[in-house]
Amino acid sequence: MSNVSLDAHDSSETENQPVNSNRRRFLTVATSVVGGVGVVGAAVPFIASWNPSIKAKAAGADVEADISKIEPGQLIRVIWRSKPVWIARRTPELLASLLTHDEQLKDPNSDEEQQPEFAKNAYRSLKEEYLVLVGICTHLGCSPQHLKDGAFAEYVVGVEEGFFCPCHGSKFDMAGRVFQNVPAGLNLVVPPYMFVDDNTILIGSEEGAA
Amino acid sequence: MDWVEYRLPIMRVANMHAIQYPAPRNMNFWYMFGFLATIVLVNQIVTGVWLTMSFTPTAEEAFASVEYIMRDVEYGYILRYMHSTGASAFFIVVYLHMFRGMIYGSYQKPRELLWLFGMFIYLALMAEAFMGYVLPWGQMSYWGAQVIVSLFSAIPVIGPDLVIWIQGDYVISGATLNRFFALHVIALPLVIVILVFLHIVALHEVGSNNPDGTDVKRKKGSLSEDEKTNYKIHEYYTDKYDIVDDIVPFFPHIVLKDLVGFSFFLLAFCYIMFFNPEMGGYFLEHPNFEIANPLKTPEHIFPVWYFTPFYAILKAVPHKLGGVIAMFAAIIFLALLPWLDRGKVKSWRYRCGLHKWNLMIFAAVFIFLGYLGGTPQENWKIIASQILTIMYFGFFVLLFIYSKNERTKPVPARITE
Repeated sequence: MSNVSLDAHDSSETENQPVNSNRRRFLTVATSVVGGVGVVGAAVPFIASWNPSIKAKAAGADVEADISKIEPGQLIRVIWRSKPVWIARRTPELLASLLTHDEQLKDPNSDEEQQPEFAKNAYRSLKEEYLVLVGICTHLGCSPQHLKDGAFAEYVVGVEEGFFCPCHGSKFDMAGRVFQNVPAGLNLVVPPYMFVDDNTILIGSEEGAA
Repeated sequence: MDWVEYRLPIMRVANMHAIQYPAPRNMNFWYMFGFLATIVLVNQIVTGVWLTMSFTPTAEEAFASVEYIMRDVEYGYILRYMHSTGASAFFIVVYLHMFRGMIYGSYQKPRELLWLFGMFIYLALMAEAFMGYVLPWGQMSYWGAQVIVSLFSAIPVIGPDLVIWIQGDYVISGATLNRFFALHVIALPLVIVILVFLHIVALHEVGSNNPDGTDVKRKKGSLSEDEKTNYKIHEYYTDKYDIVDDIVPFFPHIVLKDLVGFSFFLLAFCYIMFFNPEMGGYFLEHPNFEIANPLKTPEHIFPVWYFTPFYAILKAVPHKLGGVIAMFAAIIFLALLPWLDRGKVKSWRYRCGLHKWNLMIFAAVFIFLGYLGGTPQENWKIIASQILTIMYFGFFVLLFIYSKNERTKPVPARITE
């Protein structure tokens, strides 16, 4: 005990000195900052582990689609990143009809960024004939139905063909543009894609992009 | 006994929070739902632990492992139906518990924090129920998750990336299922249990409200011996207050009353569990008996019944972000009730006629919204759900306006019944 009291006596010399508040503040702030950095650093693995894994990223790689066998007026579905992607071959009559109902659409000129830059045109496609769309409703992720041969006119008078979402009744034309007065606010998404050759589309990448 | 008590205050806590806890003697049947919710919580935890023993949280095997529980595990179907019926029962008792709080003004000063903890429990419960519904990996599990997760994509700028982060993939996938499993069986139950603990501690700190809204605790020294209760009440309460002779100890009096309610509850619960576990597609939806298929959207997507009122509000707004905001605002407005209600009188018994009508109409609007959110879309329903959404928020606006200078009846100084 006596040794301890001797030590205490020594330290009391410094304790009696006035508090160096600048030094105390510096130490508090420095400790807080270093501790805070540590907390942020420790949080990284927990947050980052929620990102898609390498396996999931590999499964989300580009896919090729053979379009040589699509008849005019036909629509095929391929899977890209587990999402349905539609490739429709549009007839000249259908392309002409797309220009007639602009006033019924929410975003006829595709002003919203729902497509790569190359598809920001009236037909929302790289080649007019081929429409490539992600077949998922922009409202809440259901997959709309393709209605043709006048079946779509039941939903939008005067439009023969289009996409109708059975979940909440959103309607889209054959360029994937959304009609007015439906829950979906945006046109259907055009995925990045490119023509490898005349018969093959690569979905997931666009020309010029890395 | 004393040896333990000296080291761990078991009897002191039991006395403080049950045997010598002062509960107003006029607590009626509306006051049993908190008790029932606790029982259902225990049921969910116990049956949940047992289900975990046979469930496989992968996209490939989840659906089959639920069938395995249903068919091959001994009494597995009972355990699963206890859990699935328990989920719906949880929301039934919680909704009634909340409505009780609304009609008797239990959210008013000094019980604001108690109400907020309750709302946090409700939020956690919704997240818990949603993630639990994804686990069987049926069609409605998958597409329900699709709808709910993509709500986050409405958030400007970070929305789409946030969705991928939540999903752990570019779509809802096995990665999503597995993390929802972890959250459903570990993280959220812990959160809920802690919140329930805080809810009860906060309740016992301010004391239970009652159908008259008359406070049974008075300022220390303000009551004569005749007016004070003769029951043995824990010093924790009597040291701070004089307790009016209008109370009974929580145990056994209130517990026994609650047990009567519990026996009726159990009757209904067992009837559903044994004879009607799907409840006509409301408790377990029919499309969920088909395995999840990302390429085939079910004809109609509905959440389970307890989410449908908010789903109707979401659908009523013809704007994505607007719909999401309206839906969350519907819950936030409920949480803000203690501040939106500027009235000083708690119970609707002594408040103006308008207040009674407002509450009844609000309850009807909530139920009707639930109907609209759970049935196929039709044109008249869009307009109806828009009108009802306005009425839903109208409840709070009206309450805020008339509660300022409300003509109330005198609140009795002592409990009347």
